[in-house]
Amino acid sequence: MYQITPEDRQYVDEFRKTPVGRHSPGLQRILNLFRGEPMAGKYVLVCTKPHREWMLGQFTGVRGEKIRMTNQSFTSLDEAEWYVFKQRWKRHTGEDLPD
Amino acid sequence: MKRIMGYSDRISVCPHDTIRFMVSSEAAGDYSARLVRVIHGDTNPEGPGYKEEAIASTVTGRYPSRRQEIHAGSCAVVPDHACLADLGSFTVQALVWPTTPAKGRQGLAGRWNGRTGAGFALGIDESGGLALRLGDGRGGVAEVASGKPMLAREWYFVAASYDAATGTVSLYQEPLVPYARTDTAVAITTPVALRVPGNVQAPVLFAARHAGSKGSRTLFAEHFNGKIDRPRLACRALTRLEMEQVRGDQIPVALQSSMLGVWNFSKCISSETIWDDSPNRLHGETFNLPARAMTGHNWTGEEMAWTHKPEQYGAIHFHDDDLHDAGWEVDFELTIPAGLKSGVYAAHVAIDGDEDFIPFVIRPPRGTATSKLLFVLPTASYLAYANEHMVTDAPLAELLTGQVSTMQPADMFLNEHREYGLSCYDSHSDGSGVCYSTRLRPIVTMRPKYQSWLGGKGSGLWQMNADLHITDWLEAEKLGYDVITDEDVHDEGYTALAPYSVFVTSTHHEYWTKQMWTALDAFKKHGGRLVYTGANAWYWRIAYHPTRPGVMEVRRAEGGIRAWAAEPGEAYHSFTGEYGGLWRRNGLAPQRMAGSGFTAQGFDISSYYRRKPDSFDPRVRFIFEGVGAEELIGDFGLIGGGAAGLELDRADRVLGTAPNALVLASSENHTGVYMVVLEEIYINSPGLCGGESDLVRADLVFYETPAGGAVFATSSIAWAGSLSHNNYNNNVARITGNVIRRFLDPAPF
Repeated sequence: MYQITPEDRQYVDEFRKTPVGRHSPGLQRILNLFRGEPMAGKYVLVCTKPHREWMLGQFTGVRGEKIRMTNQSFTSLDEAEWYVFKQRWKRHTGEDLPD
Repeated sequence: MKRIMGYSDRISVCPHDTIRFMVSSEAAGDYSARLVRVIHGDTNPEGPGYKEEAIASTVTGRYPSRRQEIHAGSCAVVPDHACLADLGSFTVQALVWPTTPAKGRQGLAGRWNGRTGAGFALGIDESGGLALRLGDGRGGVAEVASGKPMLAREWYFVAASYDAATGTVSLYQEPLVPYARTDTAVAITTPVALRVPGNVQAPVLFAARHAGSKGSRTLFAEHFNGKIDRPRLACRALTRLEMEQVRGDQIPVALQSSMLGVWNFSKCISSETIWDDSPNRLHGETFNLPARAMTGHNWTGEEMAWTHKPEQYGAIHFHDDDLHDAGWEVDFELTIPAGLKSGVYAAHVAIDGDEDFIPFVIRPPRGTATSKLLFVLPTASYLAYANEHMVTDAPLAELLTGQVSTMQPADMFLNEHREYGLSCYDSHSDGSGVCYSTRLRPIVTMRPKYQSWLGGKGSGLWQMNADLHITDWLEAEKLGYDVITDEDVHDEGYTALAPYSVFVTSTHHEYWTKQMWTALDAFKKHGGRLVYTGANAWYWRIAYHPTRPGVMEVRRAEGGIRAWAAEPGEAYHSFTGEYGGLWRRNGLAPQRMAGSGFTAQGFDISSYYRRKPDSFDPRVRFIFEGVGAEELIGDFGLIGGGAAGLELDRADRVLGTAPNALVLASSENHTGVYMVVLEEIYINSPGLCGGESDLVRADLVFYETPAGGAVFATSSIAWAGSLSHNNYNNNVARITGNVIRRFLDPAPF
């Protein structure tokens, strides 16, 4: 499995600008790692107002169990992507990314 | 959370037909119901928004809320019979292949009266091993257990005998394949003090335990996950040698009078009947459609088709989450009045801020057409995806979409209510693939306003709610149209298509029966014109249940993008005996139907098409009237921001694209999330994603047919999401309109 390296820091700004869409191979490799995480703890957005508001949750990894909802709410899917990216970056590198 | 949901007994009706609606409402008070004609279902504020036409009907009114439950889980039931009336001693045995022996108590075979607690039940206990439970009907229960857990996905011979005269029980748990240092075999003979009464008054039940009744419905519990093959019931305690002698299909003459039931699941495979070879004819019925045509304990691997060696397909695979018919009571019904325009309709039910649409099609009056243009709703494909759980069960969902998955309240409900049934993209709770799907239940994914995690950035549209972009555009263009379903095409063949000159497809009709395929092929051969406004169509060969309308089957045989793979030897449909898998592997690649077939998929953002030299051929001048030579086609849209997206098709002469076909434009610049389909990959290698592989593209294709007809293919699921851009004034809408108007002109091509 791929491991994040210090050189990968260069792709953070690219993700911040374009969280969903055409990415450099370097960013795509990071995203394949982040987005491929197992169901236990995997992030999910639950729509609370169609096209306007989403709450962040996490799967438990057990089939049929309720999703654990966080208190994070978003009015922009791009902002939600950025928040989840930061959590995953922190877990893999220990670094807190600035907003 | 969802609080109101419903379904109907039919999905396509003509004037004067009656359709019934079943509703469950968990809210207090009455719910409201009304009839609507659904025009557009996409609620994205960037688009035209939800549109309906309210229809005055007898449905309109308020109805009392009531919670209606679904009881999933399959089993097989043999009604009580006179020959069982005085059963004292007995032997019950079978060959079993448990898939979840550790999940807790599971019934295998028994005759147990859930009300009195009398009878016997051979099953699996909390230890994961075989156990025989005996009940005297007065509260006394005795159990003899192996105490050794069985291995999952291994065949076992299991048996229990009871001698009423001596009160002796013998129990056998024997693996058919031995392993070193892994002993799961058990043989026990022990006395029990309890006496089982002869007159139990209960059915013989396989793969579950009788759990009483609720209203008119019999309830079952302790559903077994796994296969059962050749169960036997004898009227005395057989010796171990005698058990062995009756294990096979030929019962020795000396033992025939001892046999009460000799069930042969390799007979009547395409039905719900379980057949008893014994003279008692203790035939029974399966409940909730367990999987049939499953390899038995004696499958050798030398024969792949169950129709050739049915005796090797004597197993039924039961699941605790199988579902056929929710079985709800009817809330209201509607006899379709004359004069209603053909279209997509729904019974809309609502209470306390929650709502549901129960969709169905109203056809023109039977035997007539009210337009030359036909839109066919792909309900078989809706069933294949019905209530899918990929986002909650499959870690790869986020990789496919290139974005954090989004769920709707209905998805949350489905996650916690597995009894609402699975899709053919799901696995059962035991990990085996789901090969049957039914429309006799609420299907939250088949609804206007539904947003799918799979539907790309933007509107999040997939299947029905994407297809409503086509009906909305037809309305906006004032193009009259009739609507029927693919199920109608399956039932009626070319007759259903004959009145029409133009067949407009959905965005994604992936699942087709042979009957549908030959009907559309005949339509083309008669000069009919085909407008294929989608992608990944005519992909999986499927079958419908021969006697139960609304139930489809897919066997995910070799090749293709698959959420699961059929087990070896299980690639032939149980409903028809036909080989399953891709149409391409059945000799009919989609390119043969529409000049274009599945080539790549990705679910993040969409892209655009660029015109190719063929688009300037005088033969297709009509298509590009009003479109500039350098214009990018569809670099806008509500599905991923472009007209070329989600799933893409390409022309390929080798796969059957007509030699006279013109490739008018191709899409480009797809993201790295897009990947070439698996059936193109023989040796896996780098370079198979968007931006790298030439196979990641959608081809705009046109060709004339020998009968004076023509075919136009957009080769992209996302195409429809661009039709309404800029108030329906854009080059995707213009091209589509140019094609349809010329196709409606009877002048031959």
